[in-house]
Amino acid sequence: MNGNGNKSVKIGVYVCHCGTNIAGKVDVKALAESAAGLPGVVVSREYKYMCSDPGQDLIVKDTKQFGLNRIVVASCSPHLHELTFRKTTANAGENPYLFHLVNIREHVSWVSDDPAAATEKAKALVKAAVARVFWHQELQPRRVPVNPSVLIVGGGIAGIHAALTLASAGKPVYLVERKPSIGGHMAQFDKTFPTLDCAACILTPKMTSVKQQPNIHLMTLAEVSEVSGFVGNFKVKVKRYPRYIDEAKCVGCGECIEMCVYKEGKYPNDFDLGLGKRKPIYMPFPQAVPPVPLIDPATCIEFKSHKCPKGCVEVCGDRDAIDFSQTVKEVELEVGTIIMATGFKTFEPRRLPQYGYGKFPNVYTSLEVERLVNASGPTLGQVVLRDGRRPEAIGILHCIGSRDENTNRYCSRVCCMYSLKLAHLLKEKTGAHVYNFYIDMRTPGKGFEEFYKRVLEDGVSFIRGKVAGVTTWAQSPAEEGKLILRVEDTLLGVVRRIPVDMVVLSVAMEAQADAENVRRLFNLGCSAEGWFLERHPKLAPVDTFTDGIFLAGCCQGPKDIPDTVAQAGAAAAQSMSLIDKGYVEMEPNTAWIEEELCSGCHVCVAMCPYTAIHFDADKKVAVLNEALCKGCGTCVAACPSGAAQQNLFRDEQLFAEVEGVLV
Amino acid sequence: MSDGFNPLIVGFFCNWCTYLAADLAGTSRMKYAPNVRVVRTMCSGRVDPQMILWAFSHGADGVLIGGCHPGDCHYQEGNYKALRRTALLRKMLTQFGIEPERLRLEWISASEAERLRDVVNEFSEQIRGLGPLHLRPDVREEVVAA
Repeated sequence: MNGNGNKSVKIGVYVCHCGTNIAGKVDVKALAESAAGLPGVVVSREYKYMCSDPGQDLIVKDTKQFGLNRIVVASCSPHLHELTFRKTTANAGENPYLFHLVNIREHVSWVSDDPAAATEKAKALVKAAVARVFWHQELQPRRVPVNPSVLIVGGGIAGIHAALTLASAGKPVYLVERKPSIGGHMAQFDKTFPTLDCAACILTPKMTSVKQQPNIHLMTLAEVSEVSGFVGNFKVKVKRYPRYIDEAKCVGCGECIEMCVYKEGKYPNDFDLGLGKRKPIYMPFPQAVPPVPLIDPATCIEFKSHKCPKGCVEVCGDRDAIDFSQTVKEVELEVGTIIMATGFKTFEPRRLPQYGYGKFPNVYTSLEVERLVNASGPTLGQVVLRDGRRPEAIGILHCIGSRDENTNRYCSRVCCMYSLKLAHLLKEKTGAHVYNFYIDMRTPGKGFEEFYKRVLEDGVSFIRGKVAGVTTWAQSPAEEGKLILRVEDTLLGVVRRIPVDMVVLSVAMEAQADAENVRRLFNLGCSAEGWFLERHPKLAPVDTFTDGIFLAGCCQGPKDIPDTVAQAGAAAAQSMSLIDKGYVEMEPNTAWIEEELCSGCHVCVAMCPYTAIHFDADKKVAVLNEALCKGCGTCVAACPSGAAQQNLFRDEQLFAEVEGVLV
Repeated sequence: MSDGFNPLIVGFFCNWCTYLAADLAGTSRMKYAPNVRVVRTMCSGRVDPQMILWAFSHGADGVLIGGCHPGDCHYQEGNYKALRRTALLRKMLTQFGIEPERLRLEWISASEAERLRDVVNEFSEQIRGLGPLHLRPDVREEVVAA
């Protein structure tokens, strides 16, 4: 007996050199020769690149010539080329699941020092695969329909761009944003490098389109709280937090804000990072979408004492948009695909106390300076110090929280460029002498190096060296009342003290504080730094290991606006390719229960995390619902009588494989 | 006893975490001991105790199971089931005269290539120290039957 009854098994084994990636370590000739002697093997070959067309043609030709009905390819990870060779097997006229891939690159040649040991290991793995594939059976993938709706999590430029792309192709989009307005970090920026386009001028039209696009259902002040289901058919619960103003009734006139009992803003405005003040009823920023104010119950007098004259309600009048009784609501959505666009947070500079952030008032983060130079910012674009003075000298410190063993080892990719941009803007607005302190200048994008040249010509000073610290301890009259930067100028080879009035910390990009929770919610992988993990760093950069969930923007890693938009477009396209195909083929690795062998012990029923197994009281056996099964195989491992089995991971297959690697 | 002894270890790695960590170790060109031979399962919850006994009775000197970290299982909780089974099986191993240290369960996520390397190296050394597993023929039969 074997996987296809009594029909004789004819196995073809193909060993890939992968150039020198495999052949440089593993003796591929010896490997192919050893495989030729294994039971059932009819033909065994080695070839330079099995995944190339001629490589695949070898398999097709041999299958026809030798009547092969099992294929084993020893090459790279199944996560890379399992699908490729399954297709080859199908092209050769055999069922694609009569194939097995052996990973002798990632798991052998790339991780071994000793060629002899690597070859031994590869021989054992190939032997196991040959033993395993003997038991393979013909399988048919299950097809499930794909719901055309898409959930996009996060309404920054990534989420906005993906939403507009999908919506204009006619796909229904749910755009979920936790802040009161979409726009994300980009809305906070003043100008964008290297073109110096005004961020608002290029972003706000897109934000408005989101509001106007009938296919986009925008949910602000909302968070995803539960995700279940699978590719094509996700069920998502979204928590909608109260705005206390009815979006459907509000016309965005802003009269309620005028009429608030507070005549001036009193509370720090999040959007301006606390540099500006707002009232308890406020618009996050003038171009907010939806253009609807919100009420902060923590500061609103009506919420605190119920004794407010409620000028807001009075002026709203018949529109009756203000509703103090709103509560948290949960809505349920059904979507086929999900795009994660949850963005980043900026590095907290208090973690590096030597720079005096929070201690010296004129030490700012780069994002704060974006608000200061912005014409609609808290100072209406006037760059002034906390005491109202104009700065005469400004120091911009690169790599705060990046390329630093004590904080983050990675480069945040955008800081050099935004520091150059801020240097240009600050010089233009204040006429101050601007210093940039850098480790290496990284300007590898289109037009970036040219921009660097331009800023050099502006007369900005560049000092190569990481600032050791910021102090107010003056050692000369020129340093009195200044912030003094101590730095080793590594080009001059001297330690310098440079007095400035304003310090700008070019802070790193970091994964969102709750990225870990979000990752678990959506069942995603994460890098050590907390960035969501793409399926393949080069070939599947927007896919994840959960089918149907895609990544866009900085949640996957630091990147600038052009890269973010490009990635958002790619994620939208990936999502669309699933929707337009209309169905997905599921890996046929589901379990089933052999009725005659089932003793009715119930063990598997409790094991299944998806309640796919129930107990048939009449027949006294367990019954598995294939549509709910996701193929983990936990029931199979638990079944004491061997009645539960899993396609592609049958007991016979795994036991043969274990024996194969050993003997 | 351990002179010239090269242990054979079967690694049952789950498709979503530990197998990917091993892939990442490869793409990062990390070098580690060649003793672990990987059998891929979709979930560490698929690893049947019988498969582990089968490995020991067919020449394995050690068995390493790699799964996702608690709370990270691709199938919600298969890794917890692996944990419970492993704990029980260790007690049984003692009765067969197999040192329970020969069975190891580790949580290694897809991004923890360094950890994978360290675990494989460390476990290979540990098994080298324990020496080859010699099962008495009658015990071996019992193990196969178990």
